[in-house]
Formats: sequence, structure tokens, C-alpha cells
Amino acid sequence: MSETALSSGSACVQGQDFPLSRRQVGMLGLIASESAFFACFVVAYLLYIGRSRTGPYPDVLEVPYVATVCLLSSSATITLALRALREGRSRVFLVWWTLTVALGVAFLVGTALEWHRLIVREGLTISTNLFGTSFYSLVGFHAAHVTVGLLLLVTVAAIALRARVEPAHAERVEMVTWYWHFVDAVWVVVFTTVYWVGR
Amino acid sequence: MASLELPARSSIGPSLGERLHGWTTTVDHKRLGLLYIGTALVFFLLAGLESTAMRAQLVRPESKLLSPEVYDRLFTMHGTTMIFLFGMPMLFGFGNYLVPLMIGARDLAFPRLNALGYWLFLFGGMILYFSYLGGEGVVGAGTAPSAGWFAYAPLTGHAFSRGHSIDYWILGLLVSGFGTLATAVNLATTLLTERCRGMSLRRMPIFAWMILVTSFLAIFALPPLTAAQIMLLFDRTLSAHFFDVLQGGSALLWQHLFWFFGHPEVYILVLPAFGFISEIVPVFSRKVIFGYSLMVAATVAIGFISFGVWAHHMFAVGLSAPLNAVFSGASFLIAVPTGIKVFNWLATMTGGRIRFATPMLFCIAFVAQFVFGGLTGVMLATVPFDWQVTDSYFVVAHFHYVLGGGTLFAVMAALYYWFPKMTGRMLSERLGRWHFWLFVVGFNLTFLPMHVSGLLGMPRRIYTYPAGLGWEPWNLAASAGVLLQAAGVVVLLVNIARALRSGEEAGPDPWDAWTLEWSTSSPPPPYNFAVRPEVSSRRPLWDRKHPEDPDGRHE
Repeated sequence: MSETALSSGSACVQGQDFPLSRRQVGMLGLIASESAFFACFVVAYLLYIGRSRTGPYPDVLEVPYVATVCLLSSSATITLALRALREGRSRVFLVWWTLTVALGVAFLVGTALEWHRLIVREGLTISTNLFGTSFYSLVGFHAAHVTVGLLLLVTVAAIALRARVEPAHAERVEMVTWYWHFVDAVWVVVFTTVYWVGR
Repeated sequence: MASLELPARSSIGPSLGERLHGWTTTVDHKRLGLLYIGTALVFFLLAGLESTAMRAQLVRPESKLLSPEVYDRLFTMHGTTMIFLFGMPMLFGFGNYLVPLMIGARDLAFPRLNALGYWLFLFGGMILYFSYLGGEGVVGAGTAPSAGWFAYAPLTGHAFSRGHSIDYWILGLLVSGFGTLATAVNLATTLLTERCRGMSLRRMPIFAWMILVTSFLAIFALPPLTAAQIMLLFDRTLSAHFFDVLQGGSALLWQHLFWFFGHPEVYILVLPAFGFISEIVPVFSRKVIFGYSLMVAATVAIGFISFGVWAHHMFAVGLSAPLNAVFSGASFLIAVPTGIKVFNWLATMTGGRIRFATPMLFCIAFVAQFVFGGLTGVMLATVPFDWQVTDSYFVVAHFHYVLGGGTLFAVMAALYYWFPKMTGRMLSERLGRWHFWLFVVGFNLTFLPMHVSGLLGMPRRIYTYPAGLGWEPWNLAASAGVLLQAAGVVVLLVNIARALRSGEEAGPDPWDAWTLEWSTSSPPPPYNFAVRPEVSSRRPLWDRKHPEDPDGRHE
């Protein structure tokens, strides 16, 4: 048959000349498009700084130091978890992984408290003024991505508790950590935009 | 090899239910590709009916055939459908079908994601068209969206677009956009990581390269549209103020975000068409593509520049003069790599033994019409000229030459070229010629006069026009052309139906072509290749047919 004539008989090594695996390229594709998505909301935020016609103005914001420390340090714990997994220390992996989940939850709790204060005490909602519109959209989309990341983390944790997560699964788990690092990096940009430049 | 054979079919064959189940649950890139192409053809017919209705309205001045509201919905739905529900899915459908075959892979990198992408696209299209039924909502304020395909703020705001029509537009495109994005990531991943042994990036067929660049464009260009649509959705449903000028918001932000998507989108729609031409022209000229490396480099250049030209859609908005100058200059720049491509196709044909089969005819018409549309594009990139003819029929003529005379003709070429591979049957050459000539004459009869009516001052998007302005003959001609194009579409459908029923057997390689998809049977088995191929040049089938003079030596 024609196709046998073309082949030298050996099975094909996939993507032999490309340094990344398909999971890695797929995840990078997702991250690239998500970056473009966030960039638009950041641009809108920067464009609308100081253009709100009515209050409350950005001075009602309090810098969320604790939440920021929680989220940024979760990038470290998830890296330690991945390293433990690669070394085959499942218990250590689970400890670091659970800690990452806890730090992520702590961040979301911080956001919830902040929003509660802004909505109830300051009377700032997405429809109050232009500041509310751009603030809740940008910070809200980030929080939504943290939530998705947490769902992924919890899924991995649940699998680890029910069955064994082994070094052979490290690449799949690593993809979750890439997403989590991305969410973290977005927070650095959001934090800079909202609490530093925009305040 | 025997273990790879499918179980023998029973003499009765699968029942209708089984077949339906097979098609709805499939993750095979070939079936999904055919679903994409078939669905896109259905949307093409819908958009064609919409434009036919518009041309019927414009055939004479002060016609009362359609009301202004109905007309506005028609041009909005026609544009939206052609871009999002015909163009992109048709091209990504071909990408889906051809990419794994061309690079010697068994499927895309993520087959299930591929199925998700298709069903999201179909669902999004259905949401958009459901607006004709459900858009009325409780307020009774109109059915389908009527704000044009680029849906400028603040016309789309709650104050000016009451009811739910714009919400359907947003949601439909949002959902189908997620599908397109998933497919783009999938195709890029496949091209980077699933190539067979020997298929280095520098040996990929040009079509594969075009899909790779297109996928990158989609990955970076679609999210801004999604973001803008979500902002609009927030404005409409949560009373946010992104595009609310009274609250300090900016209607201009919509235009920037939309065209930051919209201009790369043009290249998403035309690069795969370039790919079709670059595959078909060499085969029917019996020559290697001229300047492969330059072709790829020009594509990458177009990809980059396409992100820096969006404001040429906004010259009439009143941006500052330096900004206009920059975007005008960048738009001129894009003519350079595009020109390189055109000269490469011409150089490929020069001195070749050209076979004027239907796919080649469509390719030749493509080159001529695309160059024509490109030249009016250079004219429009000149700011003062743009000010003169902006929002006139001249612009309509320009982009129909690029996307209709360009992309659509390339899609037709691709349809005639790869139909034998996809179905195992040849399309009739005689009907193909009828289709081609009806299309060429009809297309040019429709859109050539629009240049004149545009220069005479006829604005686009008007539902009727007064007599005595000198626009009548041009509009009459344009409407007459539609009849020929419609006849061409009917001939195409007849051709497809007859070929499927009783077409001539195609065999694996009816065109004596050189890329890997022609090395397997027609249609290919579910696993594509019993043994994955190994290649040592850009034309693996040439090497097999001419072992005494393999290509690798000359590359």
C-alpha cells in the first residue's frame, strides 16, 4: 500500500524537533489567550482612571496586603508540592498541595471581605459609577480565575486522596501549576494597576 | 497492520440511529472537519439568501420591498454570518480535516477538545439565529440584531437597542468564539508537536504553515472581542458603564477593542485561503512552489503587522493626525509581504505546464480578484481618500473583493481540489466549469459596479435610495450579478449531490499531487495512516514517484 512505501517501518516519534510536549503547548495557548483577555480589562481600567463622574472614588480601596501575600506564597508552595511529587514523596506532596489550596481560599476570602465592605459600607457596585464598573470587572475576572484554579487544585487533591498520584502524573499536575502561576502573575498586574497606579 | 483494520461491516450497514450517534459523538478530525464544512455551507446559504433579499430591495430606487428595520437586520446577520459562521468555521474545518493528514499525524493533539470546539460553534450559531424567534422577548422591540456586524457603541447600548437582539449577538459570538479559540489552540499544538518523523517545520506544507500562523492570530485576536463583548454584556445587563459616555465611559474603546480583533480577523480569514492557493497552484502548474521560505516569512510578517493596523478602520473617527499617519503607514507596509505572495504564485505558474481544471480556475480568479481588492485596500489606507469614501459602497466593494473574490473563491478551489479526498468521488468537471464561470461573471457584475456607486457617493447600509443620483444602473447591475452567483451555488449543490450519488471513483491521488494526504486512501481510514509516514523533503509523494530524483537534494 502507498503509505507503507512511504514509511521506513519504525513508529514515529512525535514532535521530535519541538522542545515542548503537547500538554505544554496547549496550556501555553490557553495562557496566551487569557493574557490577551486580561490585557483588555487592564487597558480599560487604565483608560478610565480618574474619569468617573461620581463617587465613590478609588481612595476607598484598602491595599489587600494579606491576600496578596497568601496568593504569591501559594506559587512557592505549589512548586514545592510538584517537586515532592517528582521525587515520589506523595505525603509531602499532599501537604504542600493542601496548603496551596488553603492559601488560595484565603485569598478569595480576602476578596469577599473587601467586596462586602465596598458594597455595604461604601455603596460601590458595578453600576454605581465608571470606577465600580472597571474595578469589579477586572478584579472579579481575576477572582473567577482563582476560583477555577482552586477547582483544578481540589480535583487533583481529591484524586490524590482516593488513589495515588505518582511521579508519572507529574506532567499533568505540572500543567495545573502553570495555570496557577499564571493566575498569580495576573494578580501582580492587577495589583499594580488597581492598588498602585490607580489609587 | 491487520490489527488496525476495522471490524467487517454487517451486510445491512449501520442504521440511521447508529450513524447519527456516530456523527454526534465523533472525535475524528476528518468527521469533525466535514461537520464544520457542511455546517459552514448551510450558514453560507443563509447569508446568501440574506444578501439576495438586500439586493432585491436595492434593485430600483425607493423600493418598498423591505422595511428599514428588516433591511438593517439582514445586513447585520449577513455580515456576522459570513465572518463568524461561514468564513472561520469553513477555514478551520479544512484545517481540521487536512492538518493531521498533511503532517502525517493520526488526529489533532486534543481530539475531544476538537469535538467541543465544533459543538460550541454550532451552538453559538444557533443562538444567533434563534434571535429571529426569541429576540422579540417581552418588550417586543425587534428580533434579530440590527446594529451591523461591528456593533458600534453606543448604538448597541440599552438606550438604543432595546429588547434582546444584541444580547443574542453577544452570546452567539461569545460561545462560538470559545469554540474557535479551542480549535486554534488545538491546531497550533498539533502542528508544533504531532508532526511525523522528518516533517520539520521547514518541510511543512504551506497550508499547514498558514493554519499555524492563523491559529496564533486567533489566540491573540479573539480574546479582545470576547472582552469587549463581555463589557457590552455588563453594560446591558448589569448597568455597567464601559461604553456609557454620560458616566465618563468611552464609545471609542469599543472601536479600538473590536478592530484590534477585527483586523487580524481579516488575516484569519485570508491566510488559510493563501494556503489553499499555495497547495493547488503548484500541483496544477506541475512545479514546486516558488520561494517557499519567503512565502512562510511573508506570512509571519503579515501575522505581526496585522496587529498594528487596526485603527485604519477608524480614520473617520477623528484620531490625531500623527496616529492616523502611523496606522496608514503600517497598512501600506502590509502590502509588501502580500505582494511577495502574489508574485510567488505568478512565478510558480510561469513556465509551468498548467492544467486548467476547476480548482486551478478558481485559483487564477482568486489571484486576479484578490489583487484588485488589495489595490483598493492600498487606496483606502490613504487617509484623505478614506475620508472621501468611508462608509460608502466603495468600501463594500473593497472588502467583498478581498473576502469574496479572495477567500470565497479559494474555498471553492479547495472544495473542488479536496472533495475527492474527502468523499472518494470526483466532482464533475463540466458542472465545475459552469459553476466557475457563473461565479466569476456574477461576482464581478455584483461588486465591480459598487466601486462606482461608492465613488458617486452612495452610502453603505441604506435600505433605499432616491432616484436621479446616477446610482440606478450600478445597483441594477449589482443585483443582476446576484442571480448569476445564486445559479452558480445551485450548480455547485447539484454537482455535490450528483458526485456523492454517482461520481467517478477518485482513487487515492487523482491530481498527481505531492503532499501526504494523497498517500492514503480516499476517504482516508479513521486512523489516517496504517503506519505513520516518514518524509525527507517538502514533497514526500514526489520522492516516492521519482526515487531517481528526490526533492531533498534541491531544498
